[in-house]
Amino acid sequence: MGETEFAVIGGGLVGMAVAFGLQRAGRRVTVFDEGDVAFRASRGNFGLVWVQGKGVKMPDYARWSRLSAALWPEFAAELQEETGLDVELRQPGGFDICLTDEELATAQARLEDLRARLDGDYPFEVLGHDSLKKRLPAIGPKIAGAIHGPEDGHANPLYLLRALTSAFTRRGGRIVNGATVREIAALSSGFRIGAAPGWRAEKVVLCAGLGNARLAPMAGLAAPVKPNRGQVLICERTETFLSYPTAQIRQTGEGSVQIGDSKEYVGLDDGTTPQVMAAMAKRAIRIFPLLESLRVVRAWGALRVMSPDGHPIYAQSRTHPGATLVTCHSGVTLAAGHALRLAPWIAGGPPPVPYLETFGAERFAFSPAA
Amino acid sequence: MPNASLFRRLPDPKRRTVAITFEDRTVQAREGDSVAAAMLAAGMVTARRTPVGGAHRGPYCMMGVCFDCLVEIDGTPNRQACMVEVREGMRVRPMTGAPGLGKAPAHD
Amino acid sequence: MTENVPLIVIGAGPAGLCAAAEATSAGVQTLLLDEQSAPGGQIYRAMGHTGQQGRAILGADYTRGESLMQVLESGLLDYRPGAGVWQVTPEREVYFTIAGKARTLRAERLVLATGAMERPMPFPGWTLPGVMGAGAAQVLLKSSGLVPDGGVVLAGSGPLLFLVAGQILNAGGRIAALVETTPRGNLARALPYLPAMARKPSYLTKGLALLAQIRRAKVPHYRGAHGLTACGRDRVEALGFTLGVRAHELPCQVLLLHQGVTPNLQITRALGLAHDWQPLARSWRPRLDAWGCSEIEGIAVAGDGGGILGAQASAHQGRLAGLQAAFQLGKLSQAERDAKAGPIRRALAVERAARPFLDRLFRPAEEFLNPPDETLVCRCEEVTAGQIRGYVALGCLGPNQTKAFGRPGMGPCQGRLCGSTVSEIIARARGVDMQEVGAYRIRPPIKPVTLAEMAAMDET
Ligand SMILES: Cc1cc2nc3c(=O)[nH]c(=O)nc-3n(C[C@H](O)[C@H](O)[C@H](O)COP(=O)(O)OP(=O)(O)OC[C@H]3O[C@@H](n4cnc5c(N)ncnc54)[C@H](O)[C@@H]3O)c2cc1C
Ligand code: FES
Repeated sequence: MGETEFAVIGGGLVGMAVAFGLQRAGRRVTVFDEGDVAFRASRGNFGLVWVQGKGVKMPDYARWSRLSAALWPEFAAELQEETGLDVELRQPGGFDICLTDEELATAQARLEDLRARLDGDYPFEVLGHDSLKKRLPAIGPKIAGAIHGPEDGHANPLYLLRALTSAFTRRGGRIVNGATVREIAALSSGFRIGAAPGWRAEKVVLCAGLGNARLAPMAGLAAPVKPNRGQVLICERTETFLSYPTAQIRQTGEGSVQIGDSKEYVGLDDGTTPQVMAAMAKRAIRIFPLLESLRVVRAWGALRVMSPDGHPIYAQSRTHPGATLVTCHSGVTLAAGHALRLAPWIAGGPPPVPYLETFGAERFAFSPAA
Repeated sequence: MPNASLFRRLPDPKRRTVAITFEDRTVQAREGDSVAAAMLAAGMVTARRTPVGGAHRGPYCMMGVCFDCLVEIDGTPNRQACMVEVREGMRVRPMTGAPGLGKAPAHD
Repeated sequence: MTENVPLIVIGAGPAGLCAAAEATSAGVQTLLLDEQSAPGGQIYRAMGHTGQQGRAILGADYTRGESLMQVLESGLLDYRPGAGVWQVTPEREVYFTIAGKARTLRAERLVLATGAMERPMPFPGWTLPGVMGAGAAQVLLKSSGLVPDGGVVLAGSGPLLFLVAGQILNAGGRIAALVETTPRGNLARALPYLPAMARKPSYLTKGLALLAQIRRAKVPHYRGAHGLTACGRDRVEALGFTLGVRAHELPCQVLLLHQGVTPNLQITRALGLAHDWQPLARSWRPRLDAWGCSEIEGIAVAGDGGGILGAQASAHQGRLAGLQAAFQLGKLSQAERDAKAGPIRRALAVERAARPFLDRLFRPAEEFLNPPDETLVCRCEEVTAGQIRGYVALGCLGPNQTKAFGRPGMGPCQGRLCGSTVSEIIARARGVDMQEVGAYRIRPPIKPVTLAEMAAMDET
């Protein structure tokens, strides 16, 4: 059917960032993506470019998230220059709002622990109710406080996906759409993508989100990822009332208010859909009471791609040279790192950071979830 | 902008007249009218300016599907004028762009 | 705990009223919800308070609705007007809001009778104030006694366009022009199906009578118009169009558009039911059995919401769904159900016989299904046909991908007005059929609902 140097399986935020990065590094890349309806975390996510709280159990993940967040401005500028699209990146610092004193204390303890493990190089600030109210005047009376992370921000994830797609194709990358890849076979040199005759690729990068779990073993890799449902409520546009992103609520560039929850440990995803929606609406009103009469125009449920420890997996196959696995939960935050640092490594360069091995799949070998 | 000759009313002695204000203008509506019907009867075709491009829009479907008739009613923004019945003394304003927050919730 | 109700019917048009009538007369306790403030649905709108004169204007079909209203007297019926349903789950929980208060009830059986909406008719300028659906003008006439008077142009295609013209004339209104966009070839394609129409001769005689009435009133009638553009700065001032090669421009203050009706599918879509594309009717419809039952246990669809067949067929389908619910709830034996269903099915078959002719005769013109680049397709997010084509060029295969790229379908109308057009544009651009392109994935809430209402939904 066709030939390519790199086959990237999956055209979500992870796949497109890697594909764009590879094409930018002078490689010939073909992306294989599914049709109109598929599990796409890239379209259901919350749009945070978020640092605080990431890597509490794996300081290298904190380092990697901070590196990507720091690369984001040049990444966004490059995309805008190439495509004319503004992905609405804003990094004014963000707040993780804690409803109770207990939540606030827990969050503080976690971050202090992380700061210690990073030799003190980890900026954040703990705000009680009154100091938070000075920064976010709309905050409700029953909110204990928040953690402020100066490096946090947000972007428009849909424009990001479109900009990546557009920049990738402008640089000569190819996208094969409506092609659910169910089979990858190692050839004497390179890989066959899809059922025979399929495509021939010298190298393959698995960026298929939840689909990686099935595909990885075919390329000598392991991707023990599981779905984890998250829901997002989207409210009508309103005048700007919130100039900073928070981990729970953000106002987008065009004025819509999004309510979601990026704090996995809150465990909101257990209930049935209407209950989760009600709980989210209740929390949102408690955080910003003036939202009470704002209308929800859409709701989303999206499946997060979760590895057993919630951290990314970056791995190259020992048995199948040329096969790489890239999977993570925070595809927006890490997009800059994936495009500008990880892709050159996949293209054959040196590891971008000395700790890249930490993200290998070996860490799950003895984990019961693997 | 109002043009009083767009629509003509058929007489209906059983229905009372209801006065509402649209911006600063008092409009005589009829019991049972939707707010959108009252506006059109008074020759006003524009309900709002869009938050996206600032374009003028007015009622299109009159059955609650298009959301182009959005107005502010008694302080509550973004209400569908075609789905709300007029009440004596109701205050209606056009929507201009995105609404602000902190208005009274809808209870009618 | 969520309260249980034996039967909930959503929609109080002919289908919903008839479903409720059959069920209650078999002894089923029924809750009837409708977001309008009065029963009757689109066709029998404002039936309750239209005077003698109104009935003369609206015609005999309208008066037929009066007998449907009798169900409202039944002691077993709980009818709640002003109830906007914004979520229905496959477990048959129904979430709705009345006067700003949200409630949840669970139904043992559920009949969705949410009817139809006018098919949007996109062309450059169709978003200007003063441009409305012909059905919208009918609502104004029925509910408020408002008659367009002077400066009114009607444009488009389909039986309702002529019906509305006739009603405006009956009411003493003046029509500046009727601009018909029915493609010239349609009649020839429809003619072979004319004999089947003989089973329903009233449609033909009614149609011919309307044409004659329009001619008598000396309404200028342009046929085969194309290249429509509505012009004006802040509101519509003129309609431009082409006849053959000649350009025309008619000044107007109100422009009424129509090109048929299409099912209202927000609830069936949000439930995730399978839908099939009807190439002739150019709409989707949920997959249903002969009783209107869907693939989800206990959820049926009746009336135009399950495919357009018109008001009388909707009433028949409502009766069938009501009988089936009564049977499933143990209030009718199978024999009783079937005995009652027989004559209804025969009447329904007569109604169906007219569709092959009507659907071909009034198939919308290509330019309103696949409009020119500069046309705003998504009114809410202001996305043009050209932009949709651009997203297809970037690799989008379906409407959910274009939605992600450029926001069409993400505004408050939740894709009701742009959904089918976006899919039609993608289908043409890709050269594939509609079934392959698919439709927007609809998620609850199907109507905007305040956070306060949503927050209250686990407390009822
Ligand atoms: C604008 C318009 C004008 C028409 N005019 C004519 C005409 O003059 N003559 C003619 O023969 N045919 C006409 N038709 C076609 C005719 O209305 C239908 O064939 C017939 O009404 C179908 O009956 P139904 O019960 O299926 O739907 P409908 O009569 O449409 O009733 C559906 C009901 O469901 C309610 N509903 C929908 N969604 C919700 C929700 N989420 N929550 C609560 N309630 C809801 C609606 O308010 C409505 O009352 C018209 C159609 C339209 C769209
Ligand atoms: S006119 Fe369409 S929603 Fe009111």
